[in-house]
Amino acid sequence: MTEMSVNKRAAILSFILLFAGLLLWEAVIPGQKAVGELTEYERLTGGGAQKAGVPPPSQVLQKAWEQLSNPFYDAGPNDKGIGIQIGYSIYRVLAGYFLAAVIAIPLGFLIGMSPVAYKALNPFIQVLRPISPLAWMPLALFIIQDSEASAIFVIFICSIWPMLINTAFGVAGVRKDWVNVARTHELGALRTAFMVILPAAAPTIVTGMRISIGIAWLVIVAAEMLVGGTGIGYYVWNEWNNLDLTSVIFSILMIGVVGMALDAMFGVLQRFVVYSE
Amino acid sequence: MTTPFLSVERLSQRYPDGEGGQTTIFENASFGIERGEFVVILGHSGCGKSTIMNILAGLAEASEGVVIMDGKEVSGPSLDRGVVFQNYSLLPWLSALKNVTFAVAARYPEWSKDQVLAHSKKHLEMVGLSADVFNRKPSQLSGGMRQRVSIARAFSISPKLLLLDEPFGALDALTRGTIQDELLKVWAGTNQTVFMITHDIDEAILLADRILLMSNGPYARVAESVEITIPRPRNRIEIVEHPNYYAIRNHLVQFLGKHSKVLAGPTDASENRPLTVHIDKTMPASTPNKLAV
Repeated sequence: MTEMSVNKRAAILSFILLFAGLLLWEAVIPGQKAVGELTEYERLTGGGAQKAGVPPPSQVLQKAWEQLSNPFYDAGPNDKGIGIQIGYSIYRVLAGYFLAAVIAIPLGFLIGMSPVAYKALNPFIQVLRPISPLAWMPLALFIIQDSEASAIFVIFICSIWPMLINTAFGVAGVRKDWVNVARTHELGALRTAFMVILPAAAPTIVTGMRISIGIAWLVIVAAEMLVGGTGIGYYVWNEWNNLDLTSVIFSILMIGVVGMALDAMFGVLQRFVVYSE
Repeated sequence: MTTPFLSVERLSQRYPDGEGGQTTIFENASFGIERGEFVVILGHSGCGKSTIMNILAGLAEASEGVVIMDGKEVSGPSLDRGVVFQNYSLLPWLSALKNVTFAVAARYPEWSKDQVLAHSKKHLEMVGLSADVFNRKPSQLSGGMRQRVSIARAFSISPKLLLLDEPFGALDALTRGTIQDELLKVWAGTNQTVFMITHDIDEAILLADRILLMSNGPYARVAESVEITIPRPRNRIEIVEHPNYYAIRNHLVQFLGKHSKVLAGPTDASENRPLTVHIDKTMPASTPNKLAV
């Protein structure tokens, strides 16, 4: 037998696990009997009524095919395609996320460069950071008076901390030798920042950005359940109210897939900035 | 007495000792370096060699005293003083070539991209690097190659003073030998003033015009200035056969082994200038004669 590469063996194992899992899921869910097969007694005791059971994977796959073949239809406020819902969620996440990045990265830079700023701001960061982003929701709704903007604010507030802390940490930890190289070559403050400190701290900064986007994607689902209207979080909750478990399971899977894609984007960025000493 | 190209005057460095007092690393150190001279400083750990180097580079400030180079006081780092650090200090996210071009571009901002590139490549070739390693990152280079890049970077900006802080300390003996040869070759063509720290006596004799010997700290001093009376061009194999080689070497070993301890401690002198030591066995009067400058 020829040796297979680790990747190949892992892929085969993954497929086996997926197949076995789906088979098990399908097998443990009892099928619904057709009305014609019921005994009279069963019919009298309401056995013919639809049981709100967990749907088997075959139904979920069918649903996925249905939804993904027409992801952008819009048939009114409560009936939009999965593509539109995910689009709204991604828009909110990116809007809040980029606002956070625009503030967190320059501010983190300053904090990292100045030990005084680091010490002065640290207590605020430590208190604000552990607050669940959803706890800000009532205050945001009251002050901003707009549910859409409030959702973006919640994303902003949850994604700012990892970026801020990692940027400050990365900048503060730049090797003194590299800063000395900049100094002995008479690089100005701006050129030192862009030519030496930014590339030196970039891996740490991008790690912070990657953590932030992950948190933002976790939080948007919960925020949209509260805010309502549109988005994948709202979709999940709406389908739960419709008792359409098939759609709920399908959208849970979609949340996972989109989250993975967002993370992979930052994985690529990380490979681009990483260096070894 | 004319003022030398680089003049170090009454340099002292003190640190708080953690108990409210002060530790004096060295005190009232004065010495000069002439233009085009290759000066090596030798001394035990803790005598403040690296501190002196950092002060010359402008990366640290002395507690007292001044450094005057070419008529101007040294304050802060400058492109006039190039530094090669022991740990190479290459920027790891840039290729070998880019590590040089960024320095050249900083030194000659008016140059075109092509000029910068050509100048950088020329210097990398001068230290014996071939074009196929130009685009490698420092992590993909051996220690010796990294230090070559670092030396190429320092020479490429033609500083008025080149500072070498134990440049070969992290290299194995064989690599050290070849890079010493490269350094001598590159240096010979430039008339570059060099100030170098080392722990290696043989390396010092091979490279230097003059060796400054430091006594042990605290209260370290630049005690002696030993002239290397061996003609250039030198070569590591032939140099040991020169009649002055072992005489000088013995003197240095004696100093580092014995006198550096005897001389340790504070002195009353307001200025400590090194004694000039001239050892020359090729002359008829072969006794070492010590002369104060």
